[in-house]
Amino acid sequence: MKVGILGLQGDVREHARLIDAAGATAIIIKHAAGLDEVAGLIVPGGESTTIGKLLDRFGILDPLRERIRAGMPVYGTCAGAILMAREVRGPEGVPHSIGVMDMAIVRNAYGRQVDSFETDLDVAGLDRPLRSVFIRAPIIEEVGSGVEVLAEFDDRPVLVRENGMLASTFHPEIAGDERVHRIFLDLIEEAG
Amino acid sequence: MSETTRETGGARVKRGLAEMLKGGVIMDVTTAEQAKIAEEAGAVAVMALERVPADIRAEGGVVRMADPEKVSEIMETVSIPVMAKCRIGHFVEAQVLEALGVDYIDESEVLTPADESNHVDKWAFNVPFVCGATNLGEALRRIGEGAAMIRSKGEAGTGNVVEAVRHMRSITSEIRRLSTCGAEELMGAAKEHRAPFDLVREIAETGTLPVVLFTAGGIATPADAALMMQLGADGVFVGSGIFKSGDPATRARSIVEATTYFNEPEIVAKVSRGLGEAMVGINVSDLPESERLARRGW
Repeated sequence: MKVGILGLQGDVREHARLIDAAGATAIIIKHAAGLDEVAGLIVPGGESTTIGKLLDRFGILDPLRERIRAGMPVYGTCAGAILMAREVRGPEGVPHSIGVMDMAIVRNAYGRQVDSFETDLDVAGLDRPLRSVFIRAPIIEEVGSGVEVLAEFDDRPVLVRENGMLASTFHPEIAGDERVHRIFLDLIEEAG
Repeated sequence: MSETTRETGGARVKRGLAEMLKGGVIMDVTTAEQAKIAEEAGAVAVMALERVPADIRAEGGVVRMADPEKVSEIMETVSIPVMAKCRIGHFVEAQVLEALGVDYIDESEVLTPADESNHVDKWAFNVPFVCGATNLGEALRRIGEGAAMIRSKGEAGTGNVVEAVRHMRSITSEIRRLSTCGAEELMGAAKEHRAPFDLVREIAETGTLPVVLFTAGGIATPADAALMMQLGADGVFVGSGIFKSGDPATRARSIVEATTYFNEPEIVAKVSRGLGEAMVGINVSDLPESERLARRGW
């Protein structure tokens, strides 16, 4: 199974490594045409403003949104989750957004880099805790009724799913645990 | 039950932010207005400093950490991470920058060194540090002191990429050479590089630095940025190259695009068109030894 990693900017390599470790084949995508080759796409961590601008300037934003609306599974981590949210709240917006998932998110909501942290999370369906790294992470303030919360931290959703869409405000790929990527591969199989 | 334990300031969290900046451009800015231009252009972070390196060269004098007022203004203006420079060994400037809440500190040879033997003990801080290096040994000494990100030094404020190329090639070829060493050769290699043995052994095993490696010093055009990316940089710092050029906004945006599409010459060609005047360069070979910033750091 081929899984795309949006390769405009961010921790692309770490996601590719975990997709390969989970038994699929990672393909780095930098152009809209690449979207046709893959069964699902990961929008990695990075700077949401930068990735959004590049998506727009290089004509990837609209085709990507259409593919997701047509059912292509997608997993966004941190910046990826921000870009996927239908609403970005607070003083720090994003100029360009994919805006497909029924949730409202706030950027840099835990504070600045000195407030970045790691922790162990209990995730629905996983038998032991997941090491999770939160870097200048956003907070999901609200989710729609069709969104399933798979993990919480401090009573806020941090890993959520809506149909074939998965989003985490943390980085499992920085801790190097591929179990969330396996959940995503299962979503792709289901969407089959 | 949700977890509430938060472990801050660990190596993974500090190095992790640098991972998020990969494939991006970090731009030197001296004002909030410049920071806004950088963010609009697609910079992944900005570096707040008092004067850009080209002006430091022209004006001379002791160069220190930027005014906290300026740094705070820049932090309030942009949503992307804000870095700031402290002098080599000046751990109180670093404490001040940490107290201001900057996202990364650059212990930088571009400022006037405060200690001619010692760098800052970077493990003592919650905020991560980036440090310059001209070769692998220097990179590993800085990582040994706690640096969470390395940038090749180049020669700042020259608009001349030759030293950045030299330093990047030196670091990557020394990593390649280490990865072919037998176990019995590693202590000799550590001695030769004047680097911590454990880090030398780690590089020999993994074939890569344990932290992100950016490039800096003399990058002035989109093609310069793409060159450094093809040589193995994870991302690019641009100092004087943007705000000392004729049309900073357009040049900044073009360098961002060339950094993303560094291995697609058609795109680098397209974004390189009609950028206006580049910064005036300096031939590094014309610089007296005493004016070479890359020599600072030990």
